[in-house]
Amino acid sequence: MIVLALVLLPLLAVPVAGLLLCRRPSLAPAFALLPAGLFALLLAMPAGSTGSLPWIPTLGIALAWNLDGLSRLMLLLITGIGAGVFLYAATYMKDEAKLHRFLATLSLFMAAMIGAVLADDLITLFVFWELTSLASFLLIGFKSESPEARRAAQQGLLVTVGGGLALLAGMLLLGSAAGTFRISDILARPEALAGHAFTPWIVLLVATGCFAKSAQWPLHFWLPNAMAAPTPVSAYLHSATMVKLGVYLLARLNPAFQDDPFWQSLLVGAGTMTMLTGAVLALRETDLKRVLAWSTVVALGTLVVLIGLENPLAATAAVVVLLVHALYKACLFLVAGIIDHETGTRDATRLRGLMRAMPVTAVVAGLGALSMAGLPPFIGFVAKELLYEAKLGTAGLLPLVALAVNAAMVVVAGVVAARPFLGRPAPTPRAPHDPPVAMLAGPVLLAVLGTAFGLMPWLIADALVEPAAAAILGRPTEAKLVLWHGFTIVFYLSLATFALGIALYLGWARVQPALAGIEALDTHGPNRLYARMLIALGRIAAWQTRHIQTGSLRFYIAASLIVTFGGALTVLVAEGGVAWPSLDPLPGLAHLVLGLLVAAGALAACLLPGIVAQLMAAGLVGFGVGLLFLALGAPDLAFTQFTVEVIAVVLILGVLARLPFRRLDQRRRGEWRRDAALAGFVGLTGTLILLAVLSVPFDPSLPEWMGAAAVPEARGRNVVNVILVDFRALDTLGEIAVLAIAALAAAVLFRRMKTREARS
Amino acid sequence: MQLLLAILFGVLLTAATWLLLARSLPRMILGLLLLGNAANLAIFAGGRVLGTAPPLVAPGAQALAAGAANPLPQALVLTAIVISLGLMAFALVLAWATHEATGELDAEALRDSEPPGLPATDPVAAAAAEPASAMAAVASRRAA
Repeated sequence: MIVLALVLLPLLAVPVAGLLLCRRPSLAPAFALLPAGLFALLLAMPAGSTGSLPWIPTLGIALAWNLDGLSRLMLLLITGIGAGVFLYAATYMKDEAKLHRFLATLSLFMAAMIGAVLADDLITLFVFWELTSLASFLLIGFKSESPEARRAAQQGLLVTVGGGLALLAGMLLLGSAAGTFRISDILARPEALAGHAFTPWIVLLVATGCFAKSAQWPLHFWLPNAMAAPTPVSAYLHSATMVKLGVYLLARLNPAFQDDPFWQSLLVGAGTMTMLTGAVLALRETDLKRVLAWSTVVALGTLVVLIGLENPLAATAAVVVLLVHALYKACLFLVAGIIDHETGTRDATRLRGLMRAMPVTAVVAGLGALSMAGLPPFIGFVAKELLYEAKLGTAGLLPLVALAVNAAMVVVAGVVAARPFLGRPAPTPRAPHDPPVAMLAGPVLLAVLGTAFGLMPWLIADALVEPAAAAILGRPTEAKLVLWHGFTIVFYLSLATFALGIALYLGWARVQPALAGIEALDTHGPNRLYARMLIALGRIAAWQTRHIQTGSLRFYIAASLIVTFGGALTVLVAEGGVAWPSLDPLPGLAHLVLGLLVAAGALAACLLPGIVAQLMAAGLVGFGVGLLFLALGAPDLAFTQFTVEVIAVVLILGVLARLPFRRLDQRRRGEWRRDAALAGFVGLTGTLILLAVLSVPFDPSLPEWMGAAAVPEARGRNVVNVILVDFRALDTLGEIAVLAIAALAAAVLFRRMKTREARS
Repeated sequence: MQLLLAILFGVLLTAATWLLLARSLPRMILGLLLLGNAANLAIFAGGRVLGTAPPLVAPGAQALAAGAANPLPQALVLTAIVISLGLMAFALVLAWATHEATGELDAEALRDSEPPGLPATDPVAAAAAEPASAMAAVASRRAA
């Protein structure tokens, strides 16, 4: 149960941050205690806690959680890096008026992230998953006055939530194929899915959702645009945690699908494309944050490839890369933020020689970059060696791709962490100096951890890596992390990587403009496609609005009639409801004559040229119907009908006398035919429906009961009156209310007309 | 008898639809009037023609005699007649007020809130109401 506190505390912090920090912004740094406390709690808590609370038991959905090795690793990253980021943000954004809102949203994100990682129920996971997308939307668009930020926020939301829809569909299929929404149960019985007809669809849909979240090709384009967010967000959401959620879910579900060739090829294929795309595009950028964002795309692609590989070593590699990347990338993002904050620019071509002004930052950046470049004795080196070892077992070009991509990472590390600090100082918008301790604490800690884990990999091997890798594989595994492997082929691959990377870095000043000059990369590709689709969406909306919401009252009436009566006729015919009622009792001569009178009146009301003549014909219809009622044993109806008809004719005539009416119908010939056809259709359908109704055997129990109960129970001999004032008195009350409302509305309209007249 | 009522219902419905689709508001109101009559006939027919004697309990009797008309639809139609009068009267005043305010009785001319042809077909004008990114994309393509 204490696990629930992990979600509830950050959730509780949301209103606290919003209300308290609004009044006392100076308390902001203290908020870092929340993730730090959760981190400590997690360290003390062993993996293996499971449980559930009922949510929708009839559908088999529960608030279930499972704290295993993989989720514990993710949670440690979320809370640990969160502590650094919260502390950093409080200083980085101390002049920001909306700081309380920022920290509240960040807490909300943390709660959602923790919930998603803890969830052992597909639907629970999905709810938290979407909540992280929403929090990401709010945080990317935090500088809401900037159109670029708003655009990026919208793009990130549409891509991740669109992927989320695919994920939901995949999860529902998965739940129905496996017969349960409980993830641990699904993973325990992979054979239920092995031959199932849904499985390819589940794989495709779930992978699409994860790819959108984790910026996999071809849905990678939103991540660099998300760099419009404040730097703490980029470090936290868009490199260390949220974008890893897709990877996490792939890893989580891997035991169920790891033997499926489609799953393997989809993951390896998309991941490889992502790595290559990210590596090439990273070399085009000069904005430090965008360079780092593309390198995050590369890392995410690498992780997806590793999950898709069958090799058990790949799972260990995936866990180490996940951990290492979170450490060095968050560190480097925070460093980029420091550079931006202290110098006023993050353009790599304008930043030189900051070493003297910012020595501490320079050292931290160097430590992070060396880990990223994969140099010994940093943990990045361990990760890269594992990566090569895992990929060497595979056929094809994968090891070569990995070599090229890792070389690109060496270049990125140089551009972000070496180039700005080395060389002769260049002028910057602000005079640079090291930031306050609060901003340095996070990056320093991350860099130190990266070094410590590299020197002493056994610190994490048994406690963190092995349980997490076992969760990815679905079976126990042994993770041996060593810094030095000896002179193996892996070591020579590393050497080749450094050589290629350093050569590229030295030529970066020429390579970058050359790559940036390739316009086809800007004018084509998914980013462009996304813009086109947004335009097309607007066009389709405009088109259908023009055609459905025409503004013509007559069109609306016609459309409603067509839909109502067309739908009714379709159902009637499809269900075989067309029927003839019995002719009994036969109509008498008087009935036939009255019927003819009504029909003639209706025809005349349509066709007579003048509106007054038409009104008289309509009145004739009313009187004819009244007489028909009289002939069919309804004198009460007949008298009411006569009265009402007189009032109606007099009212209409009285109003018409004040209106300049046109004598003739203004319809053109074409409209005439169309309207006549529609009217005929509606009338015919109405007749068919009524005939079908009348063919149903009649149940006389209700009128019989009313006829028998009127005298003894209500003391009335006119049964119709008894019904009105007694049996169904509430109907009559409703009727009176309707009349009163109509009279009230008419009175208001009259008064408006009077004041209008008085004014004019 | 029921066939006759069903056919009359269809005839009145046809006439009402025809008038409702007219361009002039007074004719539409006549359509409403006929529509009310059609609906009343349908409700009445729904109770079947059980007899043609008014549903009155004879003095001294305790229950309706056989051959009396069905009283229930009569009660329902009675309510409906009055309500359709209220509806018609309100529509009439509405049409009148519309004419006072706009000087129009032509339904096709009453388009102040939804002018015809909106949203615009022109992509630039249409994009004005769309997300900023789409607008920027259109603008850049125009420039190119």
